[in-house]
Amino acid sequence: MIPAAFEYVAPASVEEALAALAEHGDEAKIIAGGQSLLPVLRMRLNAPEWVIDLGRIESLRGVRDAGDHLAVGAMTTHHDVGKDALVHEHALLVSKAISHLADAQVRHRGTFGGALAHADPAGDLGAPVLALDATMVVQGPGGTREVAAADFFVDLFETAISDDEILVEVRVPKHTGWGASYEKFVRIAHQWPIVAVAAAVRMDGDRIAEARVGLTNMGSTPLRATAVEEALVGQPATTDAVRQAATHAADGANPPTDLNGSAEYRNHLATVLTARAVLAAAGRDAT
Amino acid sequence: MTRISLTVDGQQVADDVEPRTLLVHYLRERLGKTGTVVGCDTSNCGACTVHLDGTSVKSCNVLAVQADGCEVTTIEGVAADGGLHPVQEAFRECHGLQCGYCTPGMIMQTIDLLAENPDPSEEAIRSGLEGNLCRCTGYHNIVKAVQHAAGQAAPTSSQPAEGVGA
Repeated sequence: MIPAAFEYVAPASVEEALAALAEHGDEAKIIAGGQSLLPVLRMRLNAPEWVIDLGRIESLRGVRDAGDHLAVGAMTTHHDVGKDALVHEHALLVSKAISHLADAQVRHRGTFGGALAHADPAGDLGAPVLALDATMVVQGPGGTREVAAADFFVDLFETAISDDEILVEVRVPKHTGWGASYEKFVRIAHQWPIVAVAAAVRMDGDRIAEARVGLTNMGSTPLRATAVEEALVGQPATTDAVRQAATHAADGANPPTDLNGSAEYRNHLATVLTARAVLAAAGRDAT
Repeated sequence: MTRISLTVDGQQVADDVEPRTLLVHYLRERLGKTGTVVGCDTSNCGACTVHLDGTSVKSCNVLAVQADGCEVTTIEGVAADGGLHPVQEAFRECHGLQCGYCTPGMIMQTIDLLAENPDPSEEAIRSGLEGNLCRCTGYHNIVKAVQHAAGQAAPTSSQPAEGVGA
């Protein structure tokens, strides 16, 4: 399978990329690592006239300690984010999710920003960045603006990024000392989750002081399981207490029905996986 | 057409390519590097795995223009002087292949895996090769081959019984 013909440009700076985007507008598509876009182009589900490659923009790569948050360059590969010591220390949930994302080869090419901008509801990064209250930095002709993760995901494959803007950085607030787990349910190795749950927990002795829970593939966007988060506060990290709180996991969700499972089945998976993820994040045996 | 220049298996090459050309097609059809195969063509199976600037990628999921200025190593470039790379040797020794179609990708991914983790557990091997599918389902001996290449305990029963295998 070969993509339809397109013109290609690989700008050396964000400004040049924005200029190319302004010039070609609707006819252009941004390529980051290309691990989602190239299959789409090969299957001819999309046929842009121009492809603007961000791969040569070095300033968009790397993870930086920015005080109260980590600044992750949009073009940092999954592999590099996943292995990053700062991410492991301050945003363990992101490291955990990346270890379940696709396979080694895809993680070498695919990028943190590219995956988020693609906004596949079954993508593995939406739920963790939403759970950790990340902020997306997008740059356009008028400069940069910040978008909260909660406002970033609009619908299936749709984000708050405007046609003339590029996602340049993701700011992940530090959650130092929080336990974390990403529980992903798949039928086939290295595939997208049927449902996955991202959980981060801050313990205070034997009790859960705070919890953050994000859901993957339980609606047209990643979701926060706020009812579970609220129910967990002050609870002991016991199997019974956590399972009780997790019964709220699918509250307000609108999961798809497809060949992998019905909406009802996904609701059930969400409660089971939420309990497992929270218990694992709390350092408890999930059995 | 876009001009690209890159190093493939140690040789400098330069060509005009259509931007839509996939790296795997460039390697096979322009450079004759047919050791790298196209398996699923949907970036699932990993048969087309090569190294791009030292790390493994699926060459059906990279544009040739994205490899401009890069160093590519294919299965044809891993061994020197007509010999075998130690990982190739291990796959032969442990019968880590049946039909052989997935083998170039398995070997390229194994080299990458061992570079990052020279002493992997069986679980780390299986998850490290998650992006490589064997249509003969011959994973058992593939894992043994990786263990052998890592210098772990020599396989004791790697040869399939008579009449078993593809």
